[in-house]
Amino acid sequence: MYSGALMRRGPYISMITNRTMNVLIRAAVLFMVGVFLALVLNLLQVQRNVTLFPPDVISSIFSSAWWVPPCCGTAAALIGLLYPCMDRRLGEPHKLKREWSNVMRCVAVFVGINHASAKVDFANNVQLSLTLAALSVGLWWTFDRSRSGFGLGVVIAILATLATQLLVYNGVFQYTSPDFLYIRSWLPCIFFAGVITVGNIGRQLALYEYKVSQEKTHQD
Amino acid sequence: MTVRERLRQNISAAFYRHGLLCASYPVPIILFTSASILTCCYPLLKLPLPGTGPVEFTTGVRDYSVPSHESQGNLSERPDWYRGPPVAYIQQVLVKAAVSPWDNSLVPVDVFRSPLGRVFSLLEEIRNHIYTDRSLEALCLQVTDLLPGLRRMQAVLPEHGCLLVSPGNYWQNRRDLFDADPDLLKTVHQHEPKGLHTSATLKDLLFGVPGKQTGVSLYSKKRVVTYTITIALSSYDARFVASLRARLKLLHPSANCTLREDHMVHVHFKEEIGIAELIPLVTTYIILFAYIYFSTRKIDMVKSKWGLALAAVVTVLSSLLMSVGLCTLFGLTPTLNGGEIFPYLVVVIGLENVLVLTKSVVSTPVDLEVKLRIAQGLSNESWSIMKNMATELCIILIGYFTFVPAIQEFCLFAVVGLVSDFFLQMFFFTTVLSIDIRRMELADLNRRLPAEAGMPPPKPGPLRPRETPPPPRPSPHTITLQAPAFRNLRLPKRLRVVYFLARTRLAQRIIMVGTVIWIGILVYTDPAGLRTFLAAQVSEQSPLGEAGLPPHLGVAPVFPGGDPTSTLSVLPAPEPTPLPENQSQGHRAARPGVAPVSSPQITWGPEDEELWRRLSFRHWPSLFSYYNITLAKRYISILPVIPVTLHLSPQEAIDTRHPQDTHHAPPPSIKTSDLQTDLTLYKVAALGLFAGVVLVLLLFCLYRVLCPRNYGQNGVPHGRRRRGDLPCDEYGYSPPISEISPLLLRGHSMDIECLASDGMLLASCCLAGSACEAESLLGADFREPGGVAMGGPDVDIFPIRRRTNPARPALFGDQPDLTPLIDTNFGSLPPSQTLSSSGFDFGELVEKAYQEHEPSPTLAFPPSPPASQQRRRSLGDQPVLPPELPPQSNGDWDSSVWAMELRGNLIATGRSSGKLEIYQCDLICCSYFLVSISLMKMEIVAARLNGSLDFFTVEINKPLGLLQYRGPPGRGSLPPSPCYSSEDVISCQLTRSVQCAHQKPITVLKAAAGRVVTGSQDHTVRVYRLEDSCCLFTLQGHSGGITAIYIDQTMVLASGGQDGAICVWDVLTGSRVSHVYGHRGDVTSLVCTTSCIISSGLDDLICIWDRSTGIKLYSIQQEVGCGASLGVISESLLVTGGQGCVSFWDLNYGDLLQTVYLGQSSEGQGVRQLLVLDNAAIVCDFGSELSLVYVPSVLEKLD
Repeated sequence: MYSGALMRRGPYISMITNRTMNVLIRAAVLFMVGVFLALVLNLLQVQRNVTLFPPDVISSIFSSAWWVPPCCGTAAALIGLLYPCMDRRLGEPHKLKREWSNVMRCVAVFVGINHASAKVDFANNVQLSLTLAALSVGLWWTFDRSRSGFGLGVVIAILATLATQLLVYNGVFQYTSPDFLYIRSWLPCIFFAGVITVGNIGRQLALYEYKVSQEKTHQD
Repeated sequence: MTVRERLRQNISAAFYRHGLLCASYPVPIILFTSASILTCCYPLLKLPLPGTGPVEFTTGVRDYSVPSHESQGNLSERPDWYRGPPVAYIQQVLVKAAVSPWDNSLVPVDVFRSPLGRVFSLLEEIRNHIYTDRSLEALCLQVTDLLPGLRRMQAVLPEHGCLLVSPGNYWQNRRDLFDADPDLLKTVHQHEPKGLHTSATLKDLLFGVPGKQTGVSLYSKKRVVTYTITIALSSYDARFVASLRARLKLLHPSANCTLREDHMVHVHFKEEIGIAELIPLVTTYIILFAYIYFSTRKIDMVKSKWGLALAAVVTVLSSLLMSVGLCTLFGLTPTLNGGEIFPYLVVVIGLENVLVLTKSVVSTPVDLEVKLRIAQGLSNESWSIMKNMATELCIILIGYFTFVPAIQEFCLFAVVGLVSDFFLQMFFFTTVLSIDIRRMELADLNRRLPAEAGMPPPKPGPLRPRETPPPPRPSPHTITLQAPAFRNLRLPKRLRVVYFLARTRLAQRIIMVGTVIWIGILVYTDPAGLRTFLAAQVSEQSPLGEAGLPPHLGVAPVFPGGDPTSTLSVLPAPEPTPLPENQSQGHRAARPGVAPVSSPQITWGPEDEELWRRLSFRHWPSLFSYYNITLAKRYISILPVIPVTLHLSPQEAIDTRHPQDTHHAPPPSIKTSDLQTDLTLYKVAALGLFAGVVLVLLLFCLYRVLCPRNYGQNGVPHGRRRRGDLPCDEYGYSPPISEISPLLLRGHSMDIECLASDGMLLASCCLAGSACEAESLLGADFREPGGVAMGGPDVDIFPIRRRTNPARPALFGDQPDLTPLIDTNFGSLPPSQTLSSSGFDFGELVEKAYQEHEPSPTLAFPPSPPASQQRRRSLGDQPVLPPELPPQSNGDWDSSVWAMELRGNLIATGRSSGKLEIYQCDLICCSYFLVSISLMKMEIVAARLNGSLDFFTVEINKPLGLLQYRGPPGRGSLPPSPCYSSEDVISCQLTRSVQCAHQKPITVLKAAAGRVVTGSQDHTVRVYRLEDSCCLFTLQGHSGGITAIYIDQTMVLASGGQDGAICVWDVLTGSRVSHVYGHRGDVTSLVCTTSCIISSGLDDLICIWDRSTGIKLYSIQQEVGCGASLGVISESLLVTGGQGCVSFWDLNYGDLLQTVYLGQSSEGQGVRQLLVLDNAAIVCDFGSELSLVYVPSVLEKLD
């Protein structure tokens, strides 16, 4: 029974320290975060266009294409795994304030940026773009400050915007808003901020793995 | 000096002064801060309370004019929203209709069929009313399509025309459909939603009165039907409304109706928060709470962690309130939704400064005064705080120049919030922190005083007055710890969540709060409905009183004046529907046996004036929302109702009957159905009760099964774990019953004094005054036990076998193999005899061959009492040992063994007589008054009570080819220990002697990694190099004698002293790494692992410290006298001794894994000594026996 006690803890530790398992866990967590954020932020965007809700509001959460949240989740998992991996490859580990409270702050600011883009009425789209861009860069400066993070964020934001545009032109996906320019000015900045946020979460999760594996090597 | 540096210095100095001020006058400053917070929050009282309930404003009807858009300053009583025209004017026509007199020939359906039928004529009348070429069509609110999602309501609600709703809408306002409808109730109820609902239903909307008051029911007691015709007017024409009122009153006069008609009520609706809007809001709040949680978790090393966390949150919250208050004061009325921007403001303002301040203050040297500590901590962080603040202000300033009004407003708020937050941090939080630190110092002092009092005075010098602060300690990194013990327990996350839930009983509380909120919502939305429901229940449950004596109805027609409610109640008006009085009377007279049947009465009371108030407050918004008209932030004006009273004759009711109406059950069946409902009610109640009891029992069983005892008590902050009452921890895991059975080794006649092992062999000695040894290894070279016996205590040597398959129960089968190897007492044999009989080659060597040392003159004095006490402690054995006089003769076997070491085949013992003896099964070497010895590979270091250190070298001249290795080479991880066979020639000589190693008696000696570390009564630790016995460092830092030292191959050095302090040193540089106070009284033993330090003290407490940070993780309460017995088996397994048992603890989590009982009865002797062998076995003393416990699981893990 004593060995049972050890084994009871054993699988847990080994699960954490097992590399592939750890990656899978991280990916799952990131996927969920991505899906959740996609749903919530989609709701924020829906609010902008409809002033009054019909009684069956809940269904409007899922009103957009069903495959959007899983896509966001997958993207989040990829990006969140890519960031720590890239840090390791480049050999410059991310040093800035590695704490969960900071990550939470980052997520809150990200949601805030979305909130602002959804709720605040801007005079024109240029103003919206500029404000969002400034906010996104501010987010990066406050929570990331790594060149690799910035580069990856920009690349992914551009790619994602292009992909969305392609989808829209091919008619696979349609915006709920008739104002097309509004969406276009809004999208890249949100993508950038999202990449930074998810990267932050991914790095923090990876830090966990790093700590545990370090302890393990000590034990060995 | 640059400007920047000068600025930095100035800021630092200012902060220093400020810190001094705050710490000097805490109470006035806190009072001042509270006062300023309250002052700044005062303007908040003017702000409306948050909530979505509608607001009302009443004006007179006569001088009503549509309010203008501009605000009129002089009319201060007007609310802000009362500007511009309303969305609509609501005119309700309240109809009360009854069939009277009631007649037994009527069926229940007659109660409402004919009254409802009259609605169509009324509607016709209203629609066709024209006053000076104005018709209703011109005035009413024209509506278009319903919202797309409301297809099912299309048949009922009007589209493309006047918004005029009445019960007639159920039948598309067509009389023929109504007449053809066989079941009116079904038609009405088919649109009702199922289940519980808090918003307005279609029935409410069309009837315009709460559902219970309509009287459209088969079991209505009053038999009065109430409904309204609701007209929404887009513009107000007083004359038209007045003429409509007059016309309806003329047609259907309501006698005695005293409803007031001179007030119109304007109802303003707030923005309604839908679920869709709530979800992002809730998400942001969850993120906010996660942020606060993760932030406050970092507060450490303070007296009250929760208190400081609360102070931090209070700081942030009140700074927000202050900012809102200040903004309102200066006329910046917030247009933003406060609830939405609030989380972002908190995130922007942040808790970082607070944490940085706390960290900085607690890392200042503890020996400083509290004032100075606060001041220093503040000034250390002043620059970074100011820098951060400036950066944030800059960012906000940039945000201000976006020229987006909402963002500008947010920035304004943020600036004020930041400034007020800074103010509060500087005044409020700093002061709270100073109070906290002071409390901690007091607690610290209190904690240490008894320890000092219980200790013998370390030096005869003048006693330190207790009021003075502790002497300054040189290291700047000194940290005093009083961290809550449960912090930093590295629990897995899921357990932490479970603990959290269990500790705070979160689930129950959430359910309770949810219930309360739900009830609140119910009451708030539909109080009347609830009340009428209750009333109906009560009246239904008392059928007897109802049937026997109808309250006043039977009397009323006969004595109208006697009715106390006659001022309000009206007899059926004679003019419109003349009562067939005589007929009714005759009818009754004809059937005397039948109880008098009540006639319905129509009463108008003040409650009818504003019947709409009893509707759901979402009534009007939902009605308008069906047409995509929002009432959020707008208002409607409700005109006084027009009362209409209808009296219908029974004949009319019978005429309008549908053929199927009579098929309904006659009134007597109502009673039975009442009874049935009663029965079902009781059944439901009984079932519910039963289910509840079963649920409670089930939960109770679950609780008993999972957690028999101690539920939720382990989370108490001191985190002490007692073995006795911990059969189960918080998550319901109870340690299993022992499966490991100890192996008892007998051989000593008295209590075991010393234990030593080198992994292969185990040596023990007792107080019995005889020494013996036995040695064998797997039968390889088994020597006859008892080869040498010399005077003095026994030394037994037991072979320890490595178990290849340790978990199997065959353990017991091996026991007989071992017992013959155990040597028993040989003490009675004279040494010469044994020597001769042993037949070993080294017999002659024993003959004082190694008596290099004459008794030194210092041994002439008896050992000082502290020394002997000290010695007892260091070995943790019986207090019965008397302080002995060192015997002058060498061959004294009455002296006890004080120290023993075993390496390879050599056993070295130090005796109280001052002898150092080396056995190689049969070797004896004598020495002086030894306290502690350490046996390195070929060197023996002996420390003496007079403070000198002796280094011996053992030389073994081996004949070639005789070197063998003992033990099966099964485990490569263990180096095979060399065997010194009996052919070896062993010589031992004193190489060096350090005469004055310490000023006072040496109490402990440890050697590892080429270093010899000694601790002494003179409060110092010295580090010597083994090869040349050169003193490398003298480590000072303890304020008491050194009692315990730990050093291992990785050069980790830790020392514990009589002051209860534990110091960790860097052996390479000689600097102190950390310094913690952990014990009341002496530290008796110390063990380090790679991550933690385990210490035990005279207070029988085992403390586990984090090695890098020096934070106490948790402590384990040991049983009395067993404090020093502890050992570390692997990185994560701790074993401690107890009363007749040993316990295994998970080092990482502090959980008790298992307790192994050594004997049959649990109250055996305490385990005072415990030795962990390399092959995961534990040897402990158990009275006069040795107990060998294998830990098979660890072996499995190693495999």
